[in-house]
Amino acid sequence: MEAAMGLMRRIPPKHSEAALSALLSLLPHHSADLLSQVDQPLQVLRDVDSGKEFILCEYNRDADSYRSPWSNKYHPPLDDGLYPSQELRKLEVEANNVFMVYCDQYYEGGTSSVYIWENEDEDGSRTADGRRGYLEEGCWEAIHVIEVVPLEEATARYCLTSSVMLSLTTNDESSGNFNLSGSIRRQMNMDLPIAEGHLCNMGRMIEEMESKLRYSLDQVYFGKTKEMICTLRPPSEPVQTRLLEHISKRLS
Amino acid sequence: MSDEEETQPTDDQKIEIAKWFLLNAPAGEIQYIAKDMKAVLQDETLYTTAAAVAFPLYNKSHMICLDFPDRSGEVMVTPFSEISENEYLDPRTAQVAVVDHVNQVCRRARPANDEELPTPYIEEYRYALDIEVTKYVSEAYPKGICSVYCVNGKDVEEPGLDFELVVVISAARLSPQNFCNGSWRSIWNVEFKDEAQFVEVRGTLQVGAHYFEEGNVQLDAKHECKDSTMLMSPEDCAHSVTTIIRHHETEYLNSLQTSYSKLPDATFKDLRRKLPVTRTLFPWHNTMQFSLRRDIQKSLGLEK
Repeated sequence: MEAAMGLMRRIPPKHSEAALSALLSLLPHHSADLLSQVDQPLQVLRDVDSGKEFILCEYNRDADSYRSPWSNKYHPPLDDGLYPSQELRKLEVEANNVFMVYCDQYYEGGTSSVYIWENEDEDGSRTADGRRGYLEEGCWEAIHVIEVVPLEEATARYCLTSSVMLSLTTNDESSGNFNLSGSIRRQMNMDLPIAEGHLCNMGRMIEEMESKLRYSLDQVYFGKTKEMICTLRPPSEPVQTRLLEHISKRLS
Repeated sequence: MSDEEETQPTDDQKIEIAKWFLLNAPAGEIQYIAKDMKAVLQDETLYTTAAAVAFPLYNKSHMICLDFPDRSGEVMVTPFSEISENEYLDPRTAQVAVVDHVNQVCRRARPANDEELPTPYIEEYRYALDIEVTKYVSEAYPKGICSVYCVNGKDVEEPGLDFELVVVISAARLSPQNFCNGSWRSIWNVEFKDEAQFVEVRGTLQVGAHYFEEGNVQLDAKHECKDSTMLMSPEDCAHSVTTIIRHHETEYLNSLQTSYSKLPDATFKDLRRKLPVTRTLFPWHNTMQFSLRRDIQKSLGLEK
């Protein structure tokens, strides 16, 4: 299993879907682990009742059907599907409404879905935001999984694991084919009072995490890979370009 | 894949999968992928079959550089220097290396035969270009390697016929302890057209970078360009062609830099704002204020 994850870390991200299905066919008994640990590009489906879109992922899947957070129905219909308890469903509905607004505020569009389920003694909540950008082809997808464990004294422990997948492609005369894509993952743990409700706590953590990730992405996606290129073949007039870069950074 | 009784893929399918993983390894990482692939396959024989096919292809495509056993020089494993599947020519030292692809080493070397080398006429051009390109590469790349091969017309003995040389430049920066690897490959086809007294230069530049600390981010960029110059003496041609190469490679690097400086703003501005329009963090405890605005937006059809 570790070897499989190692492979996923090295294969070019644009091939990650093909790589995952290859691994699933070679290691069928590890499929549950693989599907939950490997981030895949997100797809959406339209809910038949409300007409709203929802995101397809491991957390709302049962067999080959996906449960919509808007209507709580499986698409395509499933007789024996898994459903969250009534209490969790209430939280789920509220969360979906709130996150839709959050999504609007930050992404000015895009799609978000929240799925909540019970994990033996714990609750797990999952938010997935997807957004298609306007570059030649650019796409940001974020998956946040929070595990909530109630502690004593009206507090709970929240363990957040977030992954952001970003993919950018440009193709023009002067710079040819340029493709930068991949994903990064971060974790955050917090113990918080339940006074204002789970949703509030989880929401704040996710917001903070997304901001951090946005910054990291800038450093990692752009910073590190660009640094590598310049190490391979330093620009010819290093002094001049560095000065220009410095000046333009100060001005922007 | 349809649901079948046995969900295990066939041996042939497993070999194909292993080959695919090996071939898609980023620069300098095939041995790591090899190790992981062996663990996932759990079958020595299948792995060995896949490796025997995948490694030569990978090595040639990445133009790996191997030392001669006696340290007399280096040989580049490329499609242009290939004499047979395990033998690669180094024109600089006129030796042929016998190569072990899977272990990525040169086992032994032998002097090249006359038939494997170009004629003195061609060699003049090849040699002159080699000198110029080597000089250029040592200036422009901290750790670059290069070579010049004759891919067409190596038996041409005097002016009157066309021939073609290929310049390959490869630079790799491997830093696994920093979770970062990168590679630059350029292939320049130089066609000498005798009748038109014309030299046509076509280049393919490929850059890759892989960063894998807590994630997997990869850059894959490719660019093609063309240029030409007059057919002159070997030294003058060499100088002219190298100038062309230097010019285009520098241009490409500059345009990559420009792409990098434009993308962050364009991307992030479009994809996710730093803060909502209100310039404050999202009010998780008080979301009622938004539902009214959203309803208005919806009825105006502004929501996507």
